[in-house]
Amino acid sequence: MRDGPENETTTDERHSSRVAFEVNGDRRELTLDNRTTLLDALREHLGLTGAKKGCDHGQCGSCTVLLDGRRAKSCLVFTVTVDGRSVVTVEGLAGPDDLSPLQAAFVAHDAFQCGYCTPGQLCSARGMLDEVARGWPSAVTDDLDSPPELTDAEIRERMAGNLCRCAAYPHIVAAIRETATAP
Amino acid sequence: MRPFRYHRPADVADAVAVLAGEPHAAYLGGGTNLVDLMKLGVQRPELLVDVTRLPLDTVEELPDGGLRIGATVRNSDLAAHPAVRRDYPVLARALLAAASGQLRNLATTGGNLLQHTRCVYFQDTGKACNKRDPGSGCAALHGQNRDLAVLDWSEQCVATHPSDLAVALAALDAVVEVHESDGPRDVPLAALYRSPGAHPERETTLARGALITAVRLPPLPAARRSAYLKVRDRASFAFAAGSVAAVLDLDGDVVRDVRLAYGAVAHRPWRAYRAEEELRGRLFSPELAARAADAELAEARPLRHNGFKLPLTRAITVRVLSELAAS
Repeated sequence: MRDGPENETTTDERHSSRVAFEVNGDRRELTLDNRTTLLDALREHLGLTGAKKGCDHGQCGSCTVLLDGRRAKSCLVFTVTVDGRSVVTVEGLAGPDDLSPLQAAFVAHDAFQCGYCTPGQLCSARGMLDEVARGWPSAVTDDLDSPPELTDAEIRERMAGNLCRCAAYPHIVAAIRETATAP
Repeated sequence: MRPFRYHRPADVADAVAVLAGEPHAAYLGGGTNLVDLMKLGVQRPELLVDVTRLPLDTVEELPDGGLRIGATVRNSDLAAHPAVRRDYPVLARALLAAASGQLRNLATTGGNLLQHTRCVYFQDTGKACNKRDPGSGCAALHGQNRDLAVLDWSEQCVATHPSDLAVALAALDAVVEVHESDGPRDVPLAALYRSPGAHPERETTLARGALITAVRLPPLPAARRSAYLKVRDRASFAFAAGSVAAVLDLDGDVVRDVRLAYGAVAHRPWRAYRAEEELRGRLFSPELAARAADAELAEARPLRHNGFKLPLTRAITVRVLSELAAS
């Protein structure tokens, strides 16, 4: 278990906590300053630099991970609150030697330019497709009582929490559409 | 950010007792507003009491036909709940119009109601703000006030309440269940929020340390015909430039009952009682809806940059009611 850099920011025992949680299937345990966000714990303490720090205020979505299977912005979550919970980052979406269908579709559709927002886009899209499978409506769903159909308008609305400074949006929509409709 | 201690309470009584004994403590719900404000230095708690694991995360259909929503039910779960979608579409629509998918997965019912204004002067510790720093003045009053209040503001504060959920709850006559150090109490949503007056730092009527435990919706069969219309500067993921929650009950073409509440116009979600009075018992028409909105906004005092909110609020009133009447 890594131990080290977190102590640099730990003020004292009253302001730090021992936190145990699962990351991409592995149990991790850290002693952290309570101020440490999940994003900083992943990047600075666990060496998982897939999740990106964009705005650090919950507005850009580049830090999106799956928390207990649901997409969340890791910059707004204090790590101390995820004790006992499970986190999946972009590193955990597929094995080291292959791509998930969603990742393959992003490559096939050229759904990025600089790639900085991509890990967040991928985790968000993964969580979003699960929400659709559960029948959750969105702001653009006409009928609240019927299962939503994943139109392009639905994809755009549901992915509104992820900004792409390169504006690869049309290709991101195409990649997600293909993943959703794949046999 | 100031270092803070962290406490995960065993139950509601423990949460309330711990907070009561700490002058600089705060409850932590989904954190989507509080964590941000802590990063900005606007909020500086020394202790966070994490209430998200308390057993307050269920939605219960009540025998009288109403609904009881636990305080830690996440916004996304509430919007997707079958009873909400069926019986209170205005509530589902308000939730879905707010924030983003990732934020709705974190944000709680209680936390949403107690979130703070997004007035940029409140969020900037380098600017005067009576809400953040009582007595320091209001930089927004003569500053960039396009997003701020047109109704019920004071010289001390022109902030608006940012919640969409609260606007829907205002229209539905929701009751907020709170736990204070001397026990539980019911607070009608209409009595939860304060006008800014001389003390904008006091945002609610709750005692310090009060914990919201649930929100109760009374049965309202007419709410099956209800809607939330929100206008934003961009298509999604933005706070309202104007919003309206509406329930319309027609007997033929005559308005038997109506509930209207506005967002983005005041320091609190604004229940439009005057507009409702204009509408009730009359033959519905878009012209009547416009007159009703005008009656509600008669005492509005727009600021330098937000005069547009009056015709905007009028227009969305006409549109939402006309659409409900035609549905």
